[in-house]
Amino acid sequence: MVVEAALNPILPSTGEGDRGNAYLKDLLRLLEGQKVRSHSEIAGWLQELRQRAAYNVTKQRMPIRKDEEWRFTNLSDLQQHTFTAAPTVQLNAPDIELLTIPEAATSQAVFVNGRFTPELSNLTALPEGIFVGNLAQLPVEQSLKLVKYFAHIEGANEVFTALNTVGFPDVAMVWLAQDVIVEQPLHLLFVTVVEDEVILTSPRAAIIAEPSSSLEIVEHYAAVTPGCPDQTGNTPYWTNAVTEIWLEENAQINHTRNQRESGDGFHIGKTAVAQHRSSRYTCNALSLGAKLSRHNLEVWQQGEQTETTLNGLTIAGREQTADTHSLIALDFPHGKTDQLHKCVIDDTAHAIFNGKVYVPQNAQLTNAAQLNRNLLLSPKARVDTKPQLQITADNVKCTHGATISQIEADELFYLQSRGINADSARSLLLDAFAAEILNRVPILSLRKRLAQCVACRTYE
Amino acid sequence: MIKENSPVILSVRNLTANVDGTPILKGINLEIKAGEIHAIMGRNGSGKSTFSKVLAGHPDYEVTGGEIIYQGENILELEPEERALKGIFLAFQYPLEIPGVSNLDFLRVAYNSRRKHSGLEELDAFDFEDLVEEKLDVVQMKASFLNRSVNEGFSGGEKKRNEILQMALLEPTLGILDETDSGLDIDALKIVANGVNQLATEENAMVMITHYQRLLNYIEPDYVHVMRDGTIATSGGKELALELENRGYEFLDEESPETAEVSA
Repeated sequence: MVVEAALNPILPSTGEGDRGNAYLKDLLRLLEGQKVRSHSEIAGWLQELRQRAAYNVTKQRMPIRKDEEWRFTNLSDLQQHTFTAAPTVQLNAPDIELLTIPEAATSQAVFVNGRFTPELSNLTALPEGIFVGNLAQLPVEQSLKLVKYFAHIEGANEVFTALNTVGFPDVAMVWLAQDVIVEQPLHLLFVTVVEDEVILTSPRAAIIAEPSSSLEIVEHYAAVTPGCPDQTGNTPYWTNAVTEIWLEENAQINHTRNQRESGDGFHIGKTAVAQHRSSRYTCNALSLGAKLSRHNLEVWQQGEQTETTLNGLTIAGREQTADTHSLIALDFPHGKTDQLHKCVIDDTAHAIFNGKVYVPQNAQLTNAAQLNRNLLLSPKARVDTKPQLQITADNVKCTHGATISQIEADELFYLQSRGINADSARSLLLDAFAAEILNRVPILSLRKRLAQCVACRTYE
Repeated sequence: MIKENSPVILSVRNLTANVDGTPILKGINLEIKAGEIHAIMGRNGSGKSTFSKVLAGHPDYEVTGGEIIYQGENILELEPEERALKGIFLAFQYPLEIPGVSNLDFLRVAYNSRRKHSGLEELDAFDFEDLVEEKLDVVQMKASFLNRSVNEGFSGGEKKRNEILQMALLEPTLGILDETDSGLDIDALKIVANGVNQLATEENAMVMITHYQRLLNYIEPDYVHVMRDGTIATSGGKELALELENRGYEFLDEESPETAEVSA
């Protein structure tokens, strides 16, 4: 498929002498040693899948700035580090207390360094008809069905996705049976434990929503560090995460992706979504953490009349680089997509937004809207934005746009003239900018906490 | 209402100001007492709006000379918010839209800043809502306005009514209305004018900056000043506005400077 080639070009290996090549080989060696448990019926399939992914990686190299998809994001900093495999670590409930969500206290699955940790999880509120756990626990019937889903969404060969497939130590599994409506939000918490070793974790999740089921889910990346995770000065680490989501006919998922890695972390994450007929998918992607982050958010339409809503908020300060590459690949009529991605960039931080929407001939009567708004708070803050609509269908309604602004003196003056001092006025305007996205997060406590974090991150 | 012994609220003396190095105000003298309503008229570019922004403390305007004495204090060095807290209110010609901030929250923050400054306890969300609903009547606004983002998607008339609502809540000592009547249809104009008339008291003063005599049919000024080239060229009673209406601003150009020296 043309879209596939444009989006996930295989980066051809350039031979032995290349530094990126050697680096990737080392990573591969590191990950190939990783074990994963599954039902014995599918163990052979899984092994073959991982071997194929490893083979795929050997044909590629690390991305460089000359690659169109990595033009603005420099991975050389990441390649300064020699990563080791994330060990199995014991955590106690108090270690993650600040990371929990009250609304999901009894519907929380915790993965430490990528591995399911039942002692920290509590799934007692979940109704009949939803499975939440890991791959090893997945019943045989569903394990056999998984074979036709897992790693089948397009883009699976992209180098970091393939690396994850080679080395994930476990899989977070969510399986919703037909017609099951889960009222309470599900919290998937992926914690990396940062100690002295420079580690690589490879969390993996698979979410399957059978026809007419419905779920609110929070996918949450965070670190447990000796010092404050929002600050720098802790050991670096790398989270290379992949989450695949399948929405069968008429299924509905509201997905909040909360990326709060520590200030020294690297985060490369993939969200791959397959949407069947009449399904509704919403993603609230919040990117506040990590020294360098890249989120690849890809939605593949598999049937008519789907609805896709992508809300994004990036808050970047200090020397952070925060990159979002999104894709909505339509291929059927009557699709509706709505995307709003906002970035607040401070200090010498750098945000990148690349949003592709493909509307080929088959996707007649598509209604697609995309907007990227950026707020620069300092003279050295930087944003690169590329809204990208590719339309070949002739009976569609599509809009896209991008804005870059700063806090205007006139806005401040308006608030000041009402007796609000300059600092409060500035924070009111910033909060308002972020609130447009935060207000779409369906969980109140999370919304409040994020609003506080936005406040404390954007003004010292 | 003109009263001989009313206290002076605002006294502007030889005020000059620049924008980007260009002189716009070239020596303004004006005195305003409690209970008075003043209208400032003039052509585009005569300095009317600049004058209102300088009074409110807009940072883009550089005061190069003269003084602004407000309730006995020179306020030139004060920040816009400090002036606001002392009771100066500017109703904007183009009120800004603030997406994401509800009108109710905005009004409450502004109102509580004022209360805190006056040493009063801040009102909580519930008490404030009661208060604001009372004030809505002043400008015939529906309560649903409160839940919308500040000015976002408001029509021109709604924005101006929202300005008057803010004025009703903040109860300023000096209200300055910068072309609040521009772009309003007659129904909206009546609502806005009616609002201002309700808010004008013996203790406060209002300054209306306007292009059009029409506004003065609904809010009767005690004084009319005409600005030309950064100064007040002439002042008079409300009959001056009628004269302007009949003869246009050209008649100013014919008059000698002496007759323009009418003090307010």
